[in-house]
Amino acid sequence: MSQHPRHSAMLSISTSNSNLANAGADKQQPSQNVSTPTQSSSPGLRVPSNRKTIYDRHLNRSRTAELSRASFAFLFSEMVTYAQRRVTGIQDLEKRLNEQGYPLGLRLLDLLFYRTMSSSTSSSLSSSSTSSSPPNRPLRILPLLHLIHGPLWRLLFQRSADALEHSVSPETPNEYMITDNDPLVNTYISVPREMSMLNCAAFVAGIIEGVCDGCGFEAKVSAHNQPTEMWPGRTVFLLRFGDSVMEREKVLERAGVR
Amino acid sequence: MSTTKASRIGEELWKTRVDKINAELVTLTYGTIVAQLCQDYDSDYNEVNKQLDKMGYNIGMRLIEDFLAKSNVGRCANFRETADMIAKVGFKIFLNISPTVTNWTSDNNQFSLIFEENPLADFVELPDDGRAQDELWFSNIFCGVLRGALEMVQMQIEAHFVSDVLRGDDTTEMRVSLVRYIEDEMPPEEE
Repeated sequence: MSQHPRHSAMLSISTSNSNLANAGADKQQPSQNVSTPTQSSSPGLRVPSNRKTIYDRHLNRSRTAELSRASFAFLFSEMVTYAQRRVTGIQDLEKRLNEQGYPLGLRLLDLLFYRTMSSSTSSSLSSSSTSSSPPNRPLRILPLLHLIHGPLWRLLFQRSADALEHSVSPETPNEYMITDNDPLVNTYISVPREMSMLNCAAFVAGIIEGVCDGCGFEAKVSAHNQPTEMWPGRTVFLLRFGDSVMEREKVLERAGVR
Repeated sequence: MSTTKASRIGEELWKTRVDKINAELVTLTYGTIVAQLCQDYDSDYNEVNKQLDKMGYNIGMRLIEDFLAKSNVGRCANFRETADMIAKVGFKIFLNISPTVTNWTSDNNQFSLIFEENPLADFVELPDDGRAQDELWFSNIFCGVLRGALEMVQMQIEAHFVSDVLRGDDTTEMRVSLVRYIEDEMPPEEE
């Protein structure tokens, strides 16, 4: 599988970066003994005596937290500059940015599920009809795309994406497009003329790819400049789903799964 | 200028003059930068610390302008005022935190910043490889930012972390020392 090296990369950094999945699981089970989860999941790590670890903090603590947009812009520009030093061309640079976004997608997916699940549980308590809440993990392409276009975009950028389209060409039924008229990540990026093909939102494409893969939808996602007069920074994220996904889609359609 | 006044300025600026963004996007973006460095430098954490410091330095040199434009504050009368300005205004408007300034030396040239909160380190657990907790300073980019920013306003400083809750310490503490005030010189070249 072509996905293999990626997954190993993701495993190797999952310890160094964050462990949302584990933390989420810990939070969902009411634990009898508070100290058990940390001890069992990280036997070799020292923890502060006041127990300020990721397992002792609520996952929703930072849900509505804000930082300055400048701090993101500075970090992102350093990421791009650093990546640029190690690549040979635009495609290579975009690939690297994509790879940096990918693990974020996997983690954000866990976070999204955890949060939509806890919010739908609380709403079902008050409304009693549990059947109306949608399943948490998308099984078909369309719900997955809506998850990306809506909740994921809102989590990252405080608004939904601007458009969601299906390829009209009969040759490429596996292609979908998500449009952002003015990607936040590109706000302070000015691309030199000789690199006009470059779109640093490749980082966001990587995030989307991580979300798709994490959901079990093998996909390749790329970011493309599609400026209009009104939106000079308009970016189209092209999602190409793999054959296995398209085959499963047909089976699920016949089975009536939505 | 008193510490409380600096805090008030910081609060006011954060509320009125700062464009905001979801904190988790910043946290995870920083996480992926550090993870990439660990991968590229084969978990040579000393080198990762150095790279983070360098990135911070590049950021600091540009960030100071944004800081001065937003805060519109004048020159600090002494290094104590500078420390308050960094902690209560600088960290506030960029990261919405105000670390505590403490542990001054008697000559007023060295202090510590104690971070109660550190948005960069949310969701973070260091690799369990027996080395990261002894070698990696996860938030080392801060040191570079301070070094770069202060250099642009004619202060040469040295900054390093002495403890980090991610390493199992009870506090996260950075030590900042004034090396000298830079007299009129040509600005150094970008690293």
